[in-house]
Amino acid sequence: MPNVRVLIGTHKGAFIATSDAGRKNWNISGPFFGGLPIYHLKGSPLNPDRIWASQTDDWFGQVVHRSDDGGKTWAAIGNEFAYASKPGTHQWYDGTPHPWDFKRVWHFEPSYHDADTLYAGVEDAALFKSTDGGATWAELAGLRDHRTGSQWMPGAGGLCLHTIILDPQNPQRIVTAISAAGAFRSDDGGETWKTITKGLKSNFLPDPEAEVGHCVHHIAMHPSHPNVLFMQKHWDVMRSDDAGDTWREISGNLPSDFGFVVDIHAHDPQTIYVVPIKSDSEHYPPDGKLRVYRSKGGDEWEALTQGLPQKDCYVNVLRDAMAVDTLDECGVYFGTTGGQVYVSPDGGDNWLAIAENLPAVKSVEVQTLK
Amino acid sequence: MVRVQLPYHLRNLARVSSEVELEVAAPVTVARVLDALEAAYPMLRGTIRDHASKQRRAYLRYFACQQDISFEPTDAPLPAAVAEGREPLIVMGAIAGG
Repeated sequence: MPNVRVLIGTHKGAFIATSDAGRKNWNISGPFFGGLPIYHLKGSPLNPDRIWASQTDDWFGQVVHRSDDGGKTWAAIGNEFAYASKPGTHQWYDGTPHPWDFKRVWHFEPSYHDADTLYAGVEDAALFKSTDGGATWAELAGLRDHRTGSQWMPGAGGLCLHTIILDPQNPQRIVTAISAAGAFRSDDGGETWKTITKGLKSNFLPDPEAEVGHCVHHIAMHPSHPNVLFMQKHWDVMRSDDAGDTWREISGNLPSDFGFVVDIHAHDPQTIYVVPIKSDSEHYPPDGKLRVYRSKGGDEWEALTQGLPQKDCYVNVLRDAMAVDTLDECGVYFGTTGGQVYVSPDGGDNWLAIAENLPAVKSVEVQTLK
Repeated sequence: MVRVQLPYHLRNLARVSSEVELEVAAPVTVARVLDALEAAYPMLRGTIRDHASKQRRAYLRYFACQQDISFEPTDAPLPAAVAEGREPLIVMGAIAGG
């Protein structure tokens, strides 16, 4: 039995890579749903053999698949995501009101407490919940009905709810992020929400104190430190020590503070990882060098390069395409739009390719199997 | 029996290898054929037409007897050749590269 299972969503299907604890020799199965965009796959922390996958394209719309045998076989399950209240409007790119319209699921977040419960973050931005394993979905409309909802405006990738963070110690707390609306927190299980954007600065927003409009790319939380959040914003890497109530910038000496991913070492809640991208106009690493940067809490960063291409590399790493395992020596994983999936079995010091020629990678999740 | 041809990815989703045959009560219409199709293959719900509005997905078209009937009312009777199973109702996806 493998010790690690990597769930890889790509532009043309899903792949599953498995390895023993050494994480040097990998078997890859797939493609599953070949030829179709798979935005995200994620397994239940309570039952790792239960995995959900989001298939979405312009031809056939949203299809949700679930496996109950670790990805060997799949079945299509509920794919009806109906907004709970009259959808209303958000802002379109030109500032005009635009009707809310469901397009796709960007992210699944299974519950820590119930293997039949999971959340789905969708475009146009809303949060849905299922309590029957994904057979049916109900919107937690308090988020979309937030008083700022009519001001939300899509980023270039759409008005997507892409980050859902559950607090394993407090089931009532949920953190979400939406491009390009910002970040939100609920302390009552998703009924009501507050913006958590104080301290975020976005040069494209005329109001320096803007409550919404921030293009948050991803947020990470270590399960043992739920009040500490790390954020990769459109520009700026940010940190909060009060569950998002206030933020401060920790970009420090990064070569670029633009990027998409941020993640946290499994056993050291202060050790964080980002992959700097040159700019919002040039979505590839600075100088053609693919470098992960590691920091103890922020501000001071070190480049991790061993085993990663250090010339002629012009790929991107998308927001859901980094993950960590929880083996004794923490493994760090990420996938690229060039179809590479890398692992560092030693916390970032050394990297090797799990795969080098997959379709463009949209998401990477890791399951540590007992 | 009414015959329905599905695009490749929907055949995979429905786990069928070729045409689907369906019992459809007269009058045979696109809406009735799709109702029967989704009843027999519930995994196809939402992939050809919207769950609630029943509006055809923009990148799909319906063809019958060499005619594009995508913009005909979905409650209009289909040609006798389709209703009698001599010709299939074709659900076709838009061509795209990349």
